[in-house]
Amino acid sequence: MSARESWRYSAARLSNEVRRGAVTAMEAVESGWEGPAREWEARVHAVAHHDAAARAAGSRAAVKGPLAGVPVLVKDNLCTTDYPTTCASRILAGWRSPYDATVIERLRRAGAVVTGKGNMDEFAMGSSTEFSCYGPTRNPYDLTRVPGGSSGGPAAAVAYGLCPVALGSDTGGSVRQPAAFCGVFGLKPTYGRLSRYGLVAFGSSLDQVGIFARHAGDVALLFETLGGADPCDATTRRTAAPDVSGWDRGVAGLTFGWPANLWAEGVEREIIEGLEDAAARLERAGARRVTFDFMPGEFAVATYYLVATAEASSNLARFDGVRYGFRHDDSSDLRALYTRTRTGGFGPEVKRRILLGTYVLSAGYYDAYYLTAQRARTRIRREYDQAFEKCDFMLLPAAPTLPFRLGEKTEDPLAMYLSDIFTIGANLAGTPGLTVPVGMTPEGLPRAVQLLGREDGEPELLRAGRAIEVGGEPARLGRETEREFAWPSKR
Amino acid sequence: MAIHREELIRIAELARLEVPEEDRDAMCRQLSEVLEFAESLRRLDLEGCEPSVFAPADSPLRDDRPDARRLDAARATAGAPESEDGFFLVPPIVENLEP
Repeated sequence: MSARESWRYSAARLSNEVRRGAVTAMEAVESGWEGPAREWEARVHAVAHHDAAARAAGSRAAVKGPLAGVPVLVKDNLCTTDYPTTCASRILAGWRSPYDATVIERLRRAGAVVTGKGNMDEFAMGSSTEFSCYGPTRNPYDLTRVPGGSSGGPAAAVAYGLCPVALGSDTGGSVRQPAAFCGVFGLKPTYGRLSRYGLVAFGSSLDQVGIFARHAGDVALLFETLGGADPCDATTRRTAAPDVSGWDRGVAGLTFGWPANLWAEGVEREIIEGLEDAAARLERAGARRVTFDFMPGEFAVATYYLVATAEASSNLARFDGVRYGFRHDDSSDLRALYTRTRTGGFGPEVKRRILLGTYVLSAGYYDAYYLTAQRARTRIRREYDQAFEKCDFMLLPAAPTLPFRLGEKTEDPLAMYLSDIFTIGANLAGTPGLTVPVGMTPEGLPRAVQLLGREDGEPELLRAGRAIEVGGEPARLGRETEREFAWPSKR
Repeated sequence: MAIHREELIRIAELARLEVPEEDRDAMCRQLSEVLEFAESLRRLDLEGCEPSVFAPADSPLRDDRPDARRLDAARATAGAPESEDGFFLVPPIVENLEP
């Protein structure tokens, strides 16, 4: 295969080819732009900012390391010195960070190249990537449907072939839900395992940087590169991140939870078929199923939209027209400057959440809403602890539906919020979750499941993800069997 | 509805936001729907559940020394709408200030 086709490789293989000199870093980075992006980007709109000169500069530095020459699209809320960082918001129009986020610094040190900034819902608030000041991203498998959100751009880019891996952020499912809608892997790590320094804060107790990839092995490769303590983020853990190098060991002897009460109603048939398919693959590979009931996701959604909006209203107070980006010109006094800048700079969903968060924190309502939610969060964390006494990980949907259509939920915030019903709990509990694709529906839409693990359970999640990826066939678990990426031919 | 127009105006002022007249009813309805949904938490038994305090048990506190990655004032203010000599510029806060 020629260097021009190297966009089809896994990140692991691509970096190998770059290190041995078969493909240059520049060719590795540009192959995604010259091939798939030329065909798809104008229609899908996964990228918010890109710059050929910045890619070339990055490629020149990228010949060594475990990710040598690997292009990575990173969500527009991760600070980068060589591209704007705007969170897809007018209020940060044109703003450039004076520093790289820690995860970006670690990517570059490993030889990776930032190939651009991915589109997203403004400030990561949304589940469809429709709330972006740059316009929506579309699902590459069906342009009338959403790619999920809020990290829809990075997910769609990995799905259509721009780059083998990408970074997003996951506060309530913003990596796992778009990964499911776009048919790629998506990991939200254990809270405190990936640095948040340079990730623009939304809900600080919930936010984690997440990883998109087409193969379980590439998720492991990025997790190894990015994980670990950071002196600039006091919520990272001092102890070593869990060892995921055994991602191809298989699942013999592991048990997985099957909380079937969660999909007794309100979940589409194709999603349940995906779950049954994934369970069969895990069992074929030697895992054992344990059936039990689990707490319905409505409680997590209710808790989340009180806690996350409260944290957001506080975190987003810094955007006031003084320090960053956009300022409303016509303001004679400071208070008017704040109000006019924020009113003109934030989009509708961000305003809704700031108002809700301000309300639940305001005098007279704090106990009834915020404090109750913080107590409910404790209860939810206990439910997860108890579930992981019965199994090594749980198998459940990533989202209750297949990708929905553009415009379907933009005027109905609650319906949009409920599309995160299966992902939000892990953010409240601080535990990891992995979305794993399981084939396609007959109509050609991606199907996926979610695996939830205990704290530092990434090794088990990746082993299970790999087992599902290879159809539960133990003979194919090894790392030399990555298929090359190609679009499903019947589209 | 949990949130009425007067309440909306009060919280918008706290949040330094303006909600245009024509959007107020829809905003009240949407926020109230979410709050009513959150009422489901009342069905949860929270006996013995202390409020979550969220920080990993083994969080590192670094030494109290400037980090190698610290920003100087000129770079820190470079992305501001208006700045001068490493300071952020804002409209006058105090009027008629005699020297």
